[in-house]
Amino acid sequence: MTTQVAAKPAKPAKPATMAQALQRAMRDAMAEDPTVHVMGEDVGTLGGVFRVTDGLAKEFGEDRCTDTPLAEAGILGTAVGMAMYGLRPVVEMQFDAFAYPAFEQLISHVSRMRNRTRGAMPMPMVIRVPYGGGIGGVEHHSDSSEAYYMATPGLHVVTPATVEDAYGLLRAAIASDDPVVFLEPKRLYWSKSDWSPEAPTQVEPIGKAVVRRRGTSATLITYGPSVPVCLEAAEAAQAEGWDLEVIDLRSLVPFDDETVSASVRRTGRAVVVHESTGFGGPGGEIAARVTERCFHHLEAPVLRVAGFDIPYPPPMLERHHLPGVDRVLDAVARLQWEVGS
Amino acid sequence: MDSLQQRSSTVQEPPGATPGYRPTPPPAWKPRTDPAPLLPDAEPFRVLGTDAVAAADPELLRRLYAELVRGRRYNAQATALTKQGRLAVYPSTTGQEACEVAAALALEDRDWLFPSYRDTLAAVVRGLDPVQALTLLRGDWHTGYDPREHRIAPLSTPLATQLPHAVGLAHAARLKGDDVVALAMVGDGGTSEGDFHEALNFAAVWQAPVVFLVQNNGFAISVPLAKQTAAPSLAHKAVGYGMPGRLVDGNDAVAVHQVLTEAVARARRGGGPTLIEAITYRIEAHTNADDATRYRGDSEVEAWRAHDPILLLERELTERGMLDEDGKRAAAEAAETMAAALRERMNAEPVLDPMDLFAHVYAEQTTQLREQAAQLRAELDAESEA
Repeated sequence: MTTQVAAKPAKPAKPATMAQALQRAMRDAMAEDPTVHVMGEDVGTLGGVFRVTDGLAKEFGEDRCTDTPLAEAGILGTAVGMAMYGLRPVVEMQFDAFAYPAFEQLISHVSRMRNRTRGAMPMPMVIRVPYGGGIGGVEHHSDSSEAYYMATPGLHVVTPATVEDAYGLLRAAIASDDPVVFLEPKRLYWSKSDWSPEAPTQVEPIGKAVVRRRGTSATLITYGPSVPVCLEAAEAAQAEGWDLEVIDLRSLVPFDDETVSASVRRTGRAVVVHESTGFGGPGGEIAARVTERCFHHLEAPVLRVAGFDIPYPPPMLERHHLPGVDRVLDAVARLQWEVGS
Repeated sequence: MDSLQQRSSTVQEPPGATPGYRPTPPPAWKPRTDPAPLLPDAEPFRVLGTDAVAAADPELLRRLYAELVRGRRYNAQATALTKQGRLAVYPSTTGQEACEVAAALALEDRDWLFPSYRDTLAAVVRGLDPVQALTLLRGDWHTGYDPREHRIAPLSTPLATQLPHAVGLAHAARLKGDDVVALAMVGDGGTSEGDFHEALNFAAVWQAPVVFLVQNNGFAISVPLAKQTAAPSLAHKAVGYGMPGRLVDGNDAVAVHQVLTEAVARARRGGGPTLIEAITYRIEAHTNADDATRYRGDSEVEAWRAHDPILLLERELTERGMLDEDGKRAAAEAAETMAAALRERMNAEPVLDPMDLFAHVYAEQTTQLREQAAQLRAELDAESEA
């Protein structure tokens, strides 16, 4: 007699949000390494204003997940001292524009401590910065400040666009022996994926871009909150006969010239897409790098689709500022470039 | 008494108030505790010239004297090196040696010192090789020593930014169960910086084992204290953070040492941070690039010369029979030996490797830096072939 055991129905993967993936990355890192400390305004009892640190203080105690006084320079400055004594602080700057008071610590100390001490005193820390717009935030809650960080030698600058990468990149950032500015696209905090908090996890190496969509007619080079925009644009362009490749940079510093150049050499055309302002923004650097490396393969100038060169607008106007699908498609149309046009 | 009560009831009951209505304080209000214990004394604390000297450890007094003499010679030698072009710049602590010496001697080996750019002498007294201490000012590398080996943070050029580092390090040490104290040094000008405020606030909230030593030398480059703060003293600032403030004669080495030692001990036993203001004077200009005659008069400088830290201690020890001509000569000779060695070593050209420019930016060089390193390598090769 054979016993029929009903097959246990496979547990449907519970969709997780980017915020949950980030939270699990911190929890796993804290569980594995007692030197990992999370600190910032509201990260403890409240679990962060975006709930990204939810539960960490309860699980690891307030010494490991600490509500600090409201003072960004103090938060980052004390984190420097903690790192000097062998801890790995994970610092939260509640909103992009709130991080500015901490810039002196970041630029004068965090970024250059390894260098100025000839490698004797590394700064293994993560500075988590929720950044970018599209959530209806009022003034000082929607800046894209990546260009400031990119211009500072000694910092890594990383930004995930998917739930999976949010986990994988934050784990890598915490494990890094160098300071990592970890830009969290806040309008993707509640984006979901099939990734489940119980799923096997992967740590992504910092500095590697990924091709999100294969294509042959042009390359969209983007990162963070603009990745879904570019993927949507690529789908829409298909109807017009454009087969677009979409590269998610994931890391702005170090920059993955190899993946980007290989793509543009194949497609011959490129558009850089980001929310940050265009003038002096990341797109200028990226376009220059692509031009320097792929000039003979280019069929058209490298174009940029960026936020306007204005202070971030009030929420009721932000849709006019943020680069959306139409603006990307307009740029793609301009790639049918002819000499003299 | 009656009139007082009457007046207070008048204040509490505004005209037209409902009879019997008594406004209550806000719900969160806690009755004020007396801040007096946190307030500094009216006069700067002094030991020299009092009976307390007799109770002091004679060994300590002689050590302080010898270090002051050596420190003065170190300042003179470093200043001379700027004139010879061997140092790019030197911010002298001539006249402030008592603060520098006492700061270093108040610490145990396991403690940490967080100096500003002016505090190389404190690092040297703590045992750092003077050449390593001067590397930043010579210009061959930013920090010439391993901070962990000596437990001396890099000299901080931005003002007061090293203070939160001291708080974080002391906090981390306590979390790890180590009884380590951090001593953070800052000038009077630095107390106006935001980082000064944030550091003191964090330290008090966390009850971190930190001692803040403000060397009030009268000027932030050219700006006098009166234009820097309206506070009765810099030590008064402690009260607002909930930590004690101490005021000390910064040229009385014994007093500074005592106040610092007490604050360090208090921090070590879990008593929290202390803010100490040492009142002293910078006899030399801000650096060799500064012209102090534009903002202060000779008579002021002369008055402080009469209150010189070495002079004060020497007189006291001589009068008490604790220091004789042999002792003075021995201290002077030790100082001269140090200066001669420093001079000789600083006259040797430092050996620099330009490839170091790329060696320590990141743990692992980025592709971009590897490319730039290759470019420099090629330039160097071309130079050596030419």
